[in-house]
Amino acid sequence: MEWTRKHLLGLEELDRQEVELILATADSFKEVSTRAIKKVPALRGQTVVNLFYEPSTRTRVSFEVAAKRLSADVINIAVETSSVKKGESLIDTGRNIQALRADIIVLRHGCSGAARLLSRHLDISVVNAGDGWHEHPTQALLDIFTIKEKLGRIEGVGVAIVGDIAHSRVARSNIWGLSKLGAKVTVCAPKMLIPAAIEELGVRVTHDIDDALKGADAVNVLRMQFERDENRAFPSQLEYFKKYGITQERLEGLKNNFLVMHPGPLNRGIEISSEVADGANSVILEQVTNGIAVRMAVLFLVSRAKEKDETTH
Amino acid sequence: MIEKAKILDQAALNRALMRIAHEILERNKGTGDLCLVGIRTRGAYLARRLGDCIRRIENEDVPVGALDITLYRDDLTLIASQPLVHKTEINFDINDKNLVLVDDVLYTGRTVRAALDALIDFGRPKSIQLAVLIDRGHRELPLRADYAGKNIPTADTETVEVKLVECDGKDEVIIAAKDTN
Repeated sequence: MEWTRKHLLGLEELDRQEVELILATADSFKEVSTRAIKKVPALRGQTVVNLFYEPSTRTRVSFEVAAKRLSADVINIAVETSSVKKGESLIDTGRNIQALRADIIVLRHGCSGAARLLSRHLDISVVNAGDGWHEHPTQALLDIFTIKEKLGRIEGVGVAIVGDIAHSRVARSNIWGLSKLGAKVTVCAPKMLIPAAIEELGVRVTHDIDDALKGADAVNVLRMQFERDENRAFPSQLEYFKKYGITQERLEGLKNNFLVMHPGPLNRGIEISSEVADGANSVILEQVTNGIAVRMAVLFLVSRAKEKDETTH
Repeated sequence: MIEKAKILDQAALNRALMRIAHEILERNKGTGDLCLVGIRTRGAYLARRLGDCIRRIENEDVPVGALDITLYRDDLTLIASQPLVHKTEINFDINDKNLVLVDDVLYTGRTVRAALDALIDFGRPKSIQLAVLIDRGHRELPLRADYAGKNIPTADTETVEVKLVECDGKDEVIIAAKDTN
């Protein structure tokens, strides 16, 4: 199996072997972060630009750490301090970054499809770090990597995704990735937070949290974004916690090695209780550690694919 | 590939490894501070076998690790096909150890160069020695083996194929001519 994609735009377009190759490569990269000198020279002399149109600390930092552990040079562009404020378009910004002879753009953007649009206009690699409600492939890959690491497999594993499914790119990428590898996915949320026709992606839908958790091996708890909830999809944070919050009581009777995951940042007492977030079933911080290895694997694979493209043309 | 000659069969390969194990022990005066690190894929299996030989001779275990040098190669940008990245597993401290680096074939020396770079990221061994099953010449870097199973003069147009039970189903070393058709 050989990686041929210059860009990573989403998990929907990948086939099972490609997802498995990223996971296997990430598994090899995990060891690098345990060394006395946490660095390998694989991307020496290459420049990675983190272009972030939305606020993000953990994804941006994770990509930055991953690129640095591969010995790449990293430039961070946050839109608040860039010419985008002066009206420059995404494509113009991308072309300027390419003209600086950068090699990879890691893009976070509020519009679905932004990464694909940029990739069509540039010769350098584009890695999607979250586009609108569409996809957040590296987050899903690190979630899947963590499940595989903890449970030893993905095939047949039951995963519940709880929270604002309608507006969640993390949910969408997880559904694509997990389904390709044979996991059984259940999504759980109040009716107005479940998008229409989600069943067509092969997931089970429920509005009852206990029903979602029953028989599952892992739960991925999405962050409730009340700060973005203009339509008031749910009356109050307390109400949400009562009906959908993951508490220790709700975990009782589930499998011993049941995994609680969360992409962060946590809203303690809204979608998850502190007791669970810090408890024995929580693998939330391990997700952060695994995120480095997954992003190292993605940056390495797309950078190599590009070399290949150039030599075959 | 056209097979031209069999260099080692299973018995000869085992004898070569046993002799190398004796030489390692002689030079390092026993197993104290000794460790073995094999370069993936076949060097890692050979390192494990040398560890077994040493146990048979001295009745002592020495730490054995495996090193993947993909990320340290100097030809990553040149090769057409993408190499798979495998795991490096060195689960012991290499500081102040006499480390024996193990590989199957010593040819240009570039793999060993990459391995030395990788090892330095793990610590500062007291010494690094090089053990190879086959030294076929044609060095492009100033490196030599401290222990060699067999020195074989080869032409650049030939390849040396080391086959091991662990990954190829049998133990043998052959010289083959590169198929020019």
